[in-house]
Amino acid sequence: MAGPPEQAPAPGLRYAFGSVLSFFILLLIGVFAFSIRLFSVIKYESVIHEFDPYFNYRVTQFLTKNGIYDFWNWFDDRTWYPLGRVIGGTVYPGLTLTAGTIWWLLNSLNIPLSVETVCVFTAPIFSAFAAWATYLLTKEVKGAGAGLTAAALLAMVPSYISRSVAGSYDNEAVAIFALIFTFYLYIKTLNTGSLFYATLNAIAYFYMVCSWGGYTFIINLIPMHALLCIVTGRYSSRLYVAYAPLVVLGTLLAALVPVVGFNAVMTSEHFASFLVFIIIHVVALVDYIKGSLSPKMFKVAVTLVVSVGLAVCFAVVAVLVALVASSPTMGWSGRSLSLLDPTYASKYIPIIASVSEHQPPTWPSYFMDINVLAFLVPAGIIACFLPLSDASSFVVLYIVTSVYFSGVMVRLMLVLAPAACIMSGIALSEAFDVFTRSIKFQLPGLSGNSEVNAGDGSSSTVVAQNDAAKTDKREDTLKDRPSRKNKKKEKEKEHVEKAPVKSKVKRLLVLPLEASVVALLLIVLLGAFYVVHCVWAAAEAYSAPSIVLTSHSHDGLHVFDDFREAYAWLSHNTDVDDKVASWWDYGYQTTAMANRTVIVDNNTWNNTHIATVGTAMSSPEKAAWEIFNSLDVKYVLVVFGGLVGYPSDDINKFLWMVRIGGGVFPHIKEPDYLRDGQYRIDSQATPTMLNCLMYKLSYYRFVETDGKAFDRVRRTEIGKKYFKLTHFDEVFTTHHWMVRIYKLRPPKNRIRGKTKKPKSKGSSTTSSKRGGTRKKNPWH
Amino acid sequence: MARSTGKDAHALFHALRSAYPATPTNLKIIDLYVGFSVFTALTQVAYMAIVGFPFNSFLSGVLSCIGTAILALLRIQVNKENKEFKDLAAERAFVDFVLCNLVLHLVIMNFLG
Repeated sequence: MAGPPEQAPAPGLRYAFGSVLSFFILLLIGVFAFSIRLFSVIKYESVIHEFDPYFNYRVTQFLTKNGIYDFWNWFDDRTWYPLGRVIGGTVYPGLTLTAGTIWWLLNSLNIPLSVETVCVFTAPIFSAFAAWATYLLTKEVKGAGAGLTAAALLAMVPSYISRSVAGSYDNEAVAIFALIFTFYLYIKTLNTGSLFYATLNAIAYFYMVCSWGGYTFIINLIPMHALLCIVTGRYSSRLYVAYAPLVVLGTLLAALVPVVGFNAVMTSEHFASFLVFIIIHVVALVDYIKGSLSPKMFKVAVTLVVSVGLAVCFAVVAVLVALVASSPTMGWSGRSLSLLDPTYASKYIPIIASVSEHQPPTWPSYFMDINVLAFLVPAGIIACFLPLSDASSFVVLYIVTSVYFSGVMVRLMLVLAPAACIMSGIALSEAFDVFTRSIKFQLPGLSGNSEVNAGDGSSSTVVAQNDAAKTDKREDTLKDRPSRKNKKKEKEKEHVEKAPVKSKVKRLLVLPLEASVVALLLIVLLGAFYVVHCVWAAAEAYSAPSIVLTSHSHDGLHVFDDFREAYAWLSHNTDVDDKVASWWDYGYQTTAMANRTVIVDNNTWNNTHIATVGTAMSSPEKAAWEIFNSLDVKYVLVVFGGLVGYPSDDINKFLWMVRIGGGVFPHIKEPDYLRDGQYRIDSQATPTMLNCLMYKLSYYRFVETDGKAFDRVRRTEIGKKYFKLTHFDEVFTTHHWMVRIYKLRPPKNRIRGKTKKPKSKGSSTTSSKRGGTRKKNPWH
Repeated sequence: MARSTGKDAHALFHALRSAYPATPTNLKIIDLYVGFSVFTALTQVAYMAIVGFPFNSFLSGVLSCIGTAILALLRIQVNKENKEFKDLAAERAFVDFVLCNLVLHLVIMNFLG
């Protein structure tokens, strides 16, 4: 280092101070990420939310009770009766194994936390890890300052909070951490070319495959990026080190997970990686030959190879295309196809189309979920191009693809969140850089002789100033935390005095002092708005456990705990082997909380079975009783929100039951339930609607509540008010009428005047419908 | 045109064949190892085409061969002429290679069935 000798300890001290500071900042970011997700625990209680987490919770309970071998081989007979479900082979084990390991570790240290507590708090812990992984990833792309900003942004981004609050024990809680960590290791391998990081990358990819079905995003994005690098002429052996071992090891590791199995080599989702694998080998070979031949010889080789190889290539590609095209879906799974063609699901697979998370997002939801980042992202993309490196081209590709996918499904905004945070972190960091450099340059008297490189800090031309300029840059970028900015500026001014550095000054890139100060203040204000919005979103919008509802009225807080009331009633008042039928939304909760066998649940793997339940709900009482009796059902559960105004009840979901049922059993036609194309349940409703099981079970005795049977959700009085049930008995209705449980009446001992053969001349719709269901029995 | 391509092809092969012996011996050993593992992979594919099962063992075998062939990127890292890796010690490259092979073979043993 050239310069006066007394400077030698100062940059070392500054470096040490900087890294200690960034360590504490990271610690604070982790604590913040953890605590912002605790609103639901504070406002309600430490309980598992929603539907899917209950299944994961039940699986984790089984794992902790019975050990890993039983878990791996578990065949669950308490769900999808009478089919059962192979849990070991159809569940992504990452989340449950993680929580199980944490529980086991804590218990072996004699910290007796219950499994539920571990499950509830797994997501906040892993979101802290994800923030640290974002720091590492952005540091590899742009530098430590951008890293800290990106980590701080990710800790708070509402889109990620929505799927990782305390209690949201779902796959995404660990999967997002695995995603970011895998990307970090990929970039690290790309930057260093070390096989050690490539191995770690493959192991992190394995963890991602274990955790979430979204791993196909990784195995398609990385080949895309490798192809991009090759096509733009940035092929290097570091790219080969980063890509080739990942494909081989990754495919093998992915095939190890039972859910994926042979899909790792047989489905189209993975073909991109194999294709680019072959391409990268061809490029590597060409590179090698180019290195060992003279240019003239190389041209000859090229013409020879191209003429011969092209013919072979066409043949191979033709065979491949024929193979792939022979399967009707071209080898892609239904979910992936609905991503590539957004209209696919609504045409062919109504179940995928009916899930509310699979709908395209609205424009306001972008602002709600990533807030300020939405317009910082383009600035970040530009900053990535100055200069463009392999790592920054990867991040640009990541943000572009994730923006497209988030536009198809609202649920995938979660994948957009880390990319948006990285880009915004880069943008904010670069902006801070420029402004603080302008201020530092123009502060009168303190930096009179020290002219600092006010442009892009990495392009210093004189070696002597390199080190000092680097430490300056680090000092500048470390000031990104808004709360610490003022304190840091004082210290930094003193250091500037101690280390006068002469280098080339780019006057054009220096902004006026007042403009820089105002701009800095505005950026801090922007950050403040973002923080306020995130905390509000976490507290108000995303912390509802959705099995407990609250409402504020003039006489205080009302708590609606009807779901747990109903499940507790079921678990105390029915036999262990009784089967409960309900719509598939409530399957997981019923098996987990009520511990009863269900017919269909949220896994939705068997469309015909769900259609059977949907048909039963849409049929008149007798036909429905027949269907349920054939499935050995004892109890039927419906959710009804008409008394309290709960909008997600079964009557609102009823049209989906009709559609899904009608997709398999053609005698259920959707227009039968609509009057003039409108869905109504009042006096203008069609007779089919007024006679179907769902209507009857929801509104049985509803008129006794207020005399007028006014449905608060549909805002009308219902059509048929006084009726009796002929094949069902009401056994339980919760306090606010939200969950209603009915029991099937046992079949009569004597059948009056009927023979065994079903009457074909019956004019009532009931017997013809019954004949219809007999004909279309799917079990034969 | 055909005549000149014929002569050019001849000259090309000659150039290639003369360039190769110039590589150092340790790299040639690695190349031999790569060639052997590719040959084993081809044998397994042929066996699979004849016999037809079991699939997971086939996958495991083929991918193990491809994997070891890949790990011959050790060759890239050890090659002194490669300027990108000049500050990577050969010992470190070898240790990375061993580690990666360990992980690969652990996975293969598990998948072999």
